[in-house]
Amino acid sequence: MTSPSSQLPVSLAANPRLSSWVRFTDEGRVAISPGKVEIGQGIVTALAQIAADELDVDISRVQMIRASTASSPNEGVTSGSLSVQQSGRALRHVCAEVRQRFLAAASERLGVDSSRLDIDDGTISGPGNVRTSYWELAGDVSLDHDATEGAIAKSAAMRAVAGHSVSRVDIPDKVFGRPRFIHDSLLPGLLHGRVLRPDAPGAKLMALDEGAARAVPGLVAIVRDGGFAGVVADSEAAADAALKALRKGAAWSAGGPLPDEDDLAGFLRSQPIETTVIDSRTATSKKTAARTLRRQYTRPYIAHASIAPSCAMAQWEGDRVHVWTHSQGIYLLRADLAIVLKLPAENIVVEHMEGAGCYGHNAADDVALDAVLLAKGAGGRPVRVQWSRHDEMSHAPFGAAMAIEIAADLDPDNNIVGWRHDIWSNGHAARPGRAAQPALLAASEIENPSPRMLSTNPPTANGGGGDRNSVPVYDLPAWTITSHRLLTMPVRTSALRTLGAQGNVFAIESLLDEIAALRGEDPIAFRLRHLRDERAREVVRVAARRAQWKPSKRPGVGHGVGFARYKNTGAYCAAIAEIEGTDDIRVRRLTLAVDVGEAINPDGVINQIEGGAIQATSWVLKERVRFDRTGITSTSWSDYPILTFSEAPVVDVEIIHRPDIAPVGAGEAAHGPVTAAIANAVYDGLGVRVRDLPITRDRIIAAMELAS
Amino acid sequence: MPTIQFQLNGTAITVDTDPDHTLLDTLRGRLGVTSAHFGCGAGDCGACHVMVGDRAMASCDMPMWSVADKEVVTVEGLGTAERPHPLQRAFIAEQAMQCGYCASGILISAAALLRRNASPTEAEVRTALDRNLCRCGSHNRMVRAVLRAASDMATR
Repeated sequence: MTSPSSQLPVSLAANPRLSSWVRFTDEGRVAISPGKVEIGQGIVTALAQIAADELDVDISRVQMIRASTASSPNEGVTSGSLSVQQSGRALRHVCAEVRQRFLAAASERLGVDSSRLDIDDGTISGPGNVRTSYWELAGDVSLDHDATEGAIAKSAAMRAVAGHSVSRVDIPDKVFGRPRFIHDSLLPGLLHGRVLRPDAPGAKLMALDEGAARAVPGLVAIVRDGGFAGVVADSEAAADAALKALRKGAAWSAGGPLPDEDDLAGFLRSQPIETTVIDSRTATSKKTAARTLRRQYTRPYIAHASIAPSCAMAQWEGDRVHVWTHSQGIYLLRADLAIVLKLPAENIVVEHMEGAGCYGHNAADDVALDAVLLAKGAGGRPVRVQWSRHDEMSHAPFGAAMAIEIAADLDPDNNIVGWRHDIWSNGHAARPGRAAQPALLAASEIENPSPRMLSTNPPTANGGGGDRNSVPVYDLPAWTITSHRLLTMPVRTSALRTLGAQGNVFAIESLLDEIAALRGEDPIAFRLRHLRDERAREVVRVAARRAQWKPSKRPGVGHGVGFARYKNTGAYCAAIAEIEGTDDIRVRRLTLAVDVGEAINPDGVINQIEGGAIQATSWVLKERVRFDRTGITSTSWSDYPILTFSEAPVVDVEIIHRPDIAPVGAGEAAHGPVTAAIANAVYDGLGVRVRDLPITRDRIIAAMELAS
Repeated sequence: MPTIQFQLNGTAITVDTDPDHTLLDTLRGRLGVTSAHFGCGAGDCGACHVMVGDRAMASCDMPMWSVADKEVVTVEGLGTAERPHPLQRAFIAEQAMQCGYCASGILISAAALLRRNASPTEAEVRTALDRNLCRCGSHNRMVRAVLRAASDMATR
């Protein structure tokens, strides 16, 4: 027997109380309270659609409540393209059950069998023109019950809102300049804080002369706690001026040492490691390998590089603190704050407000602790802390650098008979709230500091970390996939969009492309020949058809393909890239096909895929965290350029609609396939394989020299 | 402190300020006008763009003395929900953003472009937006929105 809760969607099993998700409020509105948060991906709109559909209310009645630990369901972290899957399924179930409960109450009040009742925009009516509404009945129907398994959501054919491209609920505020971002929130009595951080990450504050900072007009407090130091002032300008003065009085220990940026693979492959065999498959028939093709691929450290520097606000009242944050995980942040502050979690309220896109674990959580610590010096007034661009680009965690080696055993006809995939990388996750020690930056700076958390990898069952997407979805006869996680971490790493999937898909799809070329086989045909999953085959075929594969050969133009199913359990995506150039290449066009199952908001899915494709293009062509032996040197946009408007390729997306298949997220589906497609197009156009990202002019020239 | 006068969204403004303070800080800190966003403080990203005359300019490193007697427009001054600027309508129609933190600076760059050039080509739009960074990858939607707004303005 399975337990009753095991049949509920995972988020609902963890937070079964119906009233924690849905409430009917005055003025004919319905408040929906998800535990997932808006990070620019449009999730709030998609969840509103699901609720409107199941409850049969107009979407304009749906009021989406920002997540807060004071009242919201605990849905962990908004990451991993899981929000539609987790929050969406929970809300669909909750709303179906709420609807049933109200229909039962209406049936009783109206004396009409519930099967003969209809709901239209919240009004419940039946034969003989009898009617009531959710709001009339709200006093009679308690939602303080746990969800049960019985509720049956509408079938796909009955949905009127989900499956349509409803306009995003947050966009009007953003085009009319109405305050919506945490950065724009002006609490009464708000003070401004800045934290003193070293130029070289890891350097410790040895001595501090506060004299000059104390003389800055508008200074309210200088807050120190061990090696943590910061200023609080009555304006941002005053806080900046005070920080500048404080910096002049600071003496630091040496930072680093950091690895040799020009030999990342050498560094990654020479560190102490923890080795895990991720998966293996043994061939049923023993075919002999005539030779082994061994290739190494690398990916650099990549910055999240949000357009907004991380920001938070905090306000103390006695031994209780209220925190406003754009963290992806409010409960997880609260858990870490409780450890650092040595307070019960109940004393801390963490409330979400929108920030800019974060693309993973950036400094959002770090700055929340900064605000909490600085607010201690503010006499009960709220303190807003915003990081500098420099600190955002040097002290926030980065996506981990990776070295990947694949050894493919080939028979005399260049058929793959064996496959060994090894990954060397730091862990890809050091998020707060998941360990006995805090992951927050200032926790390693205060008196009695915690050691800096070493990044780990989520379990393979949850999609893995460095090993994400390392197990081929292709039908190869044998493989061994091994992950080597570094036990040193000179450069701070944590979750960046896709974790290890971008690197692994780049490696797998590049090598497959190389083997197809060795065989003289079309790369699309080669992939289709090795794919059994019909949904996988379909996205490859649709992308090929849409890109009119294969366009005729023109000088200076190349075409390449890449495919993956994100996490091997999520969205299917195939990408075809068209590039031009002889050494300094540009990506002209990306054609993608995607299958996310049910697309709750098709335009939202397309937006995510387009955005992912352009961001991946930026990673592939331009991005690389720069450092010397003592510190990060790419601390501004000029040192860390990203793709510009003129450089953005045309992106053409086709969704394969499968309304009867449970939805999965789209936010991370495109990065791996696009990365591989561009690399393969470079080979097609220029005849060289570039196996080290980013694919820059220098790398292409180096590859050409190696080939000649 | 010296007094500096300028026009903000059509209204005459007088502020007592250190002339070296930035316009962005004055807008956000003193005047409560928050659509212009801090992104880098170095004029590299465009999140803080405001329109001065018919030019989009970074306000994060623009000293107040340089604004004296100038006409400054922020997104609040482009239009409202009741009377939207064609660009605001077009950005909604095209759903032209993801997180939208960069959007107000981009709306301003586009508005300045359309003041100078009522019917830009796609390439001209892209060039005009090259000083604005977007990290979510909404570039093409934004370009489509600017072209849509230009076309709406031409047919009105």
